This record gives sequence, structure tokens and C-alpha cells, in this order.
Amino acid sequence: MDNIAIELRGIDKSFGPVHANKNINLKVRKGTIHGIIGENGAGKSTLMSILYGFYQADSGEIIVDGRPITIRDPNAAISAGIGMVHQHFMLVENFTVLENVMLGAEDSQILNKGIAKARQELKRLEKEYALEVNPDALIEELPVGLQQRVEILKALYRKADILILDEPTGVLTPAEADHLFRILGQLKAQGKTIILITHKLREIMAITDEVSVMRRGEMVATRTTGETSVEELAELMVGRRVLLRVQKGEGTPGDVKLSVQGLTVKDSRGVTMVDDVTFDVRAGEIVGIAGVAGNGQSELLEAIAGIRKATTGTVLLNGESVDVTGHRDPAALRARGLAHVPEDRHHVGLVLKFEESENAILGYHNDPRYLNGVFLNIDAIRKDAEEKIAKYDIRPPNARLKTANFSGGNQQKIVLAREMERGPDVLIIGQPTRGVDVGAIEFIHKRIIEMRDQGKAVLLVSVELDEIRALSDRILVMFAGRVVGERSPDATEGELGLLMAGVEGRKEAAE
Amino acid sequence: MDFFHVLVVLLESTIRVSVPLVFAALAGLFTERAGVFDIGLEGKMLGAAFAAGAAAAVTQSVWIGLIAAILISVLLSLVHGYASITQRGNQIVSGVAINFIVAGSTVILGEAWFRQGGRTPALAEGARFQIVNFPGADAAREVPILGPIYADLLSGHFLLTYLAFAMVPISWWILYRMRFGLRLRAVGENPGAVDTAGISVIWLRYRAVICCGILCGFAGAYLSLAMTAGFVKGMTAGKGYIALAALIFAKWRPKNVMLACLLFGFLDALAIRLQGTPLPLVGQVPVQLMQALPYILTVILLAGFIGKAIPPKAGGVPYVKER
Repeated sequence: MDNIAIELRGIDKSFGPVHANKNINLKVRKGTIHGIIGENGAGKSTLMSILYGFYQADSGEIIVDGRPITIRDPNAAISAGIGMVHQHFMLVENFTVLENVMLGAEDSQILNKGIAKARQELKRLEKEYALEVNPDALIEELPVGLQQRVEILKALYRKADILILDEPTGVLTPAEADHLFRILGQLKAQGKTIILITHKLREIMAITDEVSVMRRGEMVATRTTGETSVEELAELMVGRRVLLRVQKGEGTPGDVKLSVQGLTVKDSRGVTMVDDVTFDVRAGEIVGIAGVAGNGQSELLEAIAGIRKATTGTVLLNGESVDVTGHRDPAALRARGLAHVPEDRHHVGLVLKFEESENAILGYHNDPRYLNGVFLNIDAIRKDAEEKIAKYDIRPPNARLKTANFSGGNQQKIVLAREMERGPDVLIIGQPTRGVDVGAIEFIHKRIIEMRDQGKAVLLVSVELDEIRALSDRILVMFAGRVVGERSPDATEGELGLLMAGVEGRKEAAE
Repeated sequence: MDFFHVLVVLLESTIRVSVPLVFAALAGLFTERAGVFDIGLEGKMLGAAFAAGAAAAVTQSVWIGLIAAILISVLLSLVHGYASITQRGNQIVSGVAINFIVAGSTVILGEAWFRQGGRTPALAEGARFQIVNFPGADAAREVPILGPIYADLLSGHFLLTYLAFAMVPISWWILYRMRFGLRLRAVGENPGAVDTAGISVIWLRYRAVICCGILCGFAGAYLSLAMTAGFVKGMTAGKGYIALAALIFAKWRPKNVMLACLLFGFLDALAIRLQGTPLPLVGQVPVQLMQALPYILTVILLAGFIGKAIPPKAGGVPYVKER
């Protein structure tokens, strides 16, 4: 059993009534890339946090290199040779790369000596693993891809032999993700063991040697990657067969319902976030906006929805002009047939402390249907909510439950039900399936296509390129606030990826 | 008196009134850089001033007075630390509570122990700090320009005054050249980064809070053992808040902290100097207006003249491990 880098035996962990990990067994072979896949809330992150000493397991054993060890805190994990690259980077943004790498491993009370040593060691690591990064750059000035590289360097600097990466590609462009995979391949070639946590099946297939699937706190299967398929893994994750790509017929675009012309949005610091964007969305079509997070999609969506003030430009809704640069009035827009599913359902879409039925009418609460004079008509509201719960299969089916107690997918369905059931002419949707499990994704995608087939104009923003390609009739790519290209959904991922990285777009704009 | 002399006198009193501000603002620098906001500088300073005055009056020893000041101030810091670090309470509420407790209890205890209306007894010479005169200061005074600068500006202050200004580079060195400082600044920006690096967030923040307590102790001792001879109720008179303003004005940097404190000290000295003096064009200005001047300028400076002061990112937020 020499070749097992890390073994977990009977790991069990509960948080109050939530049984996050149930009797988990796992063996990871030395020098391999081992994927751990599962839906949100399946217990992947909890398991890895136990491995890194963030939490202690209620029971169970951790065996590293054949020796059972207790990992009481991250320090113990580090000295056992375990390094972790967190999903949200654990970096101090106004420190330099060097300072971040040496934090916690400074060697001596006074920094000078440690700095010289760290600089040397960093140079060696850069060479050995081809991980170039300027040690004196401030973290906040680096692109996310490089920030992640710093996280990897941090782990290597602490002499990690086992590297855990938690959802590493969520913030990366396809090209950056490919680069990361090359780095991981190199680390593996140098004998490092890598544990990759993700919910993206494609990544698992592309890079891992073995894959373990978690579902509802249990480790349900371990497979050799070469001997399994995306379909099998998806089924293991969800516990039933799922359609990974929804069926969609040809669209029949009609009149222009939403027209955006020369829209420019600046943020509070005066930085241009959306730069002279023009496009139309017709009835019966889905226009998808692709792009890496932070390239102006959010601001564009908010400006159209009337939440954020635009600097210049015009927006026509059903052919009539909307005052996007002056007075913001999202309620008036709603009354004119615009529905908005915001990107961030926790902060914008829902009030988590309200009960489900209250969220189901949020923003439409002045509708006479829900009122009794100046009072709310609670019975009507609950009845309405129950109808939506049935139609959208929201679970648990309890209109009086606090919204925070629903899972991500069900919360998203609450928002979708509220906005779609009003029968809007134009539906704008941001990140429809962020933090939503595979089973619910299928349902949400079907509903969006149904809306299109009913002749609604749909504007879709998502950072998941697969989602954009599966749903859209036309794809616009945004980079640095500009629309840098339009493609059909048949465009290859590579082509879209180049546009998203701003490589192709510049040429196109120049021509 | 010619203009030069007026200036020397003004600057000399600027230094005198700046000392508690420098101590207190540096104290705030340590905790706030570690992510614990501290509105209780005022209370700690006042508590320290009382402890110093009381202990020195009883023991007739200035050093025991100083030690008592530091002990009480550190104790109050630990109360704030327990509330805001261990119990993850609201840091503003905890700080305000400390200010109120100290403001009331010093008067009660002072009255109970000394029966002088909340004061501590006036201290004899041996029980307070003495002025340090540089060699040849008196002789040098006759030399034009440099003489008064040496004799009145550089020489002739209390030991604590020199310590206060020495603390500025020392604090910088601790924060930017020591491992402790690197970690302290990190925990104020992203405690998660510190935690995952295997360092205890809680112990680190407690140490920062203790540093704050020690420095506030010096500030309080200066008030009752050096600037005056004994404790008078409410003698901090808002200096803790001014120090906090100076800290923000200085954008949480040691050298700027000193400059900001000197600026506020100068305004204070100017206000004292100008009381009862008719100004050209305006004539006699009411005393109250002159006294309010430093505070009015504080508001103006903070409102418009410093650009954006970005506080430590994790400031005011108790650390909770993500679940």
C-alpha cells in the first residue's frame, strides 16, 4: 500500500442537524490527479476543510503516507504536506506576491532575512514548475489567473506534496483554465498528488486519473476516469438520469422587443464599465452574453433593469424609450413588461429572512390582486405562492418556510417563478444557474426555452460558456465593457474563448 | 515679543499637547490595522490617567503610577478584546461602553478614595515626571535662531514626550519590518489568509489589542503625571476621538499619524494662544469659538481634504470561519 498518498476512513461530520459527511472512505494514489465531484451541498468542501484542519471530523481517521495523523488546525495540515488552493483566494490584496507567499512561514522575527530567502525560493519554484509571477507585484493588480498561481506557489513554498484545489476554474477564462490544467499536469509529473474539487464534469474528464462522486454527504462511487463517461458521472451525482443539454428547436424571431443603443455605464469611480454597447433582442429569441466575470455584463444588466444609472445611451422597450440616464424606476419598467432575474439572488433577488410567499410577490406587492385596500391579502398571496410552488416544483413545498432554508436551486426557482409568471414581454436573466444543482439546471433551462417559444424576448447573461451555448440563438461576447463579437451558438468553444480573452475582438474591432 | 519667539512658543506648546494624541493614535493604529476598531481610546486614556494619578498619589512614585496606568489600560483593552474578538460583539458598542464606564467610575472611585470632588491629590515633585533639560540648554538660548530651537523646542520636555516621538519609527519598524507586523497587517485585511497560513487569528488580534493598551497607558500617564500634577475628572476631553480622527486622516500610516497629531496639536495650541487676542480685521473673537476651532477644522479636514481613506478591509468585522 505504498502508493497511497492519503486515505480517509469513516469520516463523519455534522453541523447541528445537518449531516454533512457520512462515513466517507477515500483513497488517493500518489502522483495522480484525483477528482471529487458532486452537486453544491454534497459535502465536498466540508470534507476538504476537514483534511485541511479547518474543521475536525466527529469520527474517522486520516492516514497520510501510511501514518494515521490528527489534523487539528491548518498548521498540522501544512506540516503533513497538505496544501490548499481555496475557491475564494486567501490572499491579502494590498500585499505583494512575496509577502503573501511568506506569510506564516517567515522563519524569523525580523523580516529581512526571510525576505531574501523567500525571494530565492520563489525563483527556484518558478523555474521548476514554470510558474512565473513578479514577486513584487501587488495582488490587487494581478489578474485572477495569476492570483491563483500565487495560491499554488504558497502551497509549494510550504513544501506541499498533496495539493487540494477547490473549484479552481470558476473565475478563469477557458484559456486560463487550460493553462492551469497544464500546470497541474506538470505538478503531477513532478510527483505531486492533486485533489481537484469541482462540479464541472468536463474538467474531470479532461484532467483526472480517478474520480470520486459525492451525493448528499456520502461518497457514492469511485471510478477510473478513462472507464467512465460524463453521463454516468452526472447520473451518480444527481441519483437519476439527467439531460445535460436540453432539446431546443429553431427559434422564430419576431419584432424587436428590447433595443439597446450606445449604452455606456460608468461606476462611482468614473471607470467605464459598459462601453458603447448596441444590440437588439427580438421576440422569440434568446440572446446570450458571454464573457469572463467582471467585463461589464453585470453593469449592463443592471442598467437595462433600471437599477443602475447609465451615463449615455438609449434603451427602447417595446419600441418606447426608457429613461436609463435619468430617473431610475425599476417598478415602472416591470409594469411595462420587463422582468429581471438578477445575478445575485441573495442580495438583490430575495430577502432571505422573508417567508417564501413574501418573496414570491416581492416587487409586485402593489398589485391589487395581493391587496385588501391598504392591507396585504395574505390568503391571496399564499394561494398564489402555492400555485407557483406546484408549477415550478419548489421543494420543500411550503409557502410559509423562511427563504433562507431553501437550497440554492429552489431559491432560484422562487425568483424565476415570480418573474416568469407575470408574462413579461422581455425577460432579462443573470446567471440563471449559479450555485444551482444539476437536476435543477435542467428544469431552469427548459423553462427559459419555453419562454422563448411563447414569443418572449430573452436576454441571458452567464459566465458558464456551456450554458450560453446551449440556450442562446445568438451569442454576444463582452470584453472590457465592449461587445467584441457576435457568433452563432455553433461557434467553437475555442473561438468564443479567444473573444472572451479579448484576443480576437481587438482585431475585429480594428478591421 | 517678535514673530520668531511667538512661533517657538507656539511650536513648543504644539509638541506638549500632541504627545497624548501621538500615543493614542499609534495605539489605535495597532488595533485597527489588525481589524479591531477601537472607539474606546478615550476611555482607556482616561482610565490610565486616573490609575496613574491615584497610584502616584498613594505611593509617591511616578514609576508605580506609570505601571498602574499601563495595567489598567491593558485590562480595559482586554475587555474590549474579549467582547469583540472572542465573543464577536459589535466593536463600536463595546468601545462606547468602555468610554462610559470609565468616565463614571473614575469620578466615583476618586471621590470615594480621596474626597476631593473626583480629583486625585496634587502630586509632589517626586511623584510626577520632571522636565529633561539637554546639556547646555540655558547657555545656548542666547544663540540667535538655533539657540531657542535647541533650548525650547528640542530640550525641556518630559521623558514621555521623547518616547512618544520615538514610538513613531518604532511602530513603523514593528509593523513593516517584523514578522509580527506583517501578520498583524494581514489579519486586518484578510483574516482568512492568516488562518489558512496556520496562524491563530484570535491570539494575533489579542496581541494587537494589548499593544494598544500599553500605548494608551502612556497617553493617560502623560496627562496626569506630566502635563498636570494629578487626575481631574474628564481630563482627556475628547483627545481619544481626536486621535481617532488623526488616525483616519493619516490613512493608518505611522509617519502620517505623527504629522496629523502635530497638526491637530498645533490647532489646539493656536486656539489657546489666540484666546483674548484681537485678530486683525475680525477683532475680538469669542473664546468658545477659538476653543471649537480645532474640532471645526477636524470636520473640514476629514470631510474634504484627505481624499479617500481606505480602512483595513476586515476592520470592524469579527472573524468567523466560513461554513
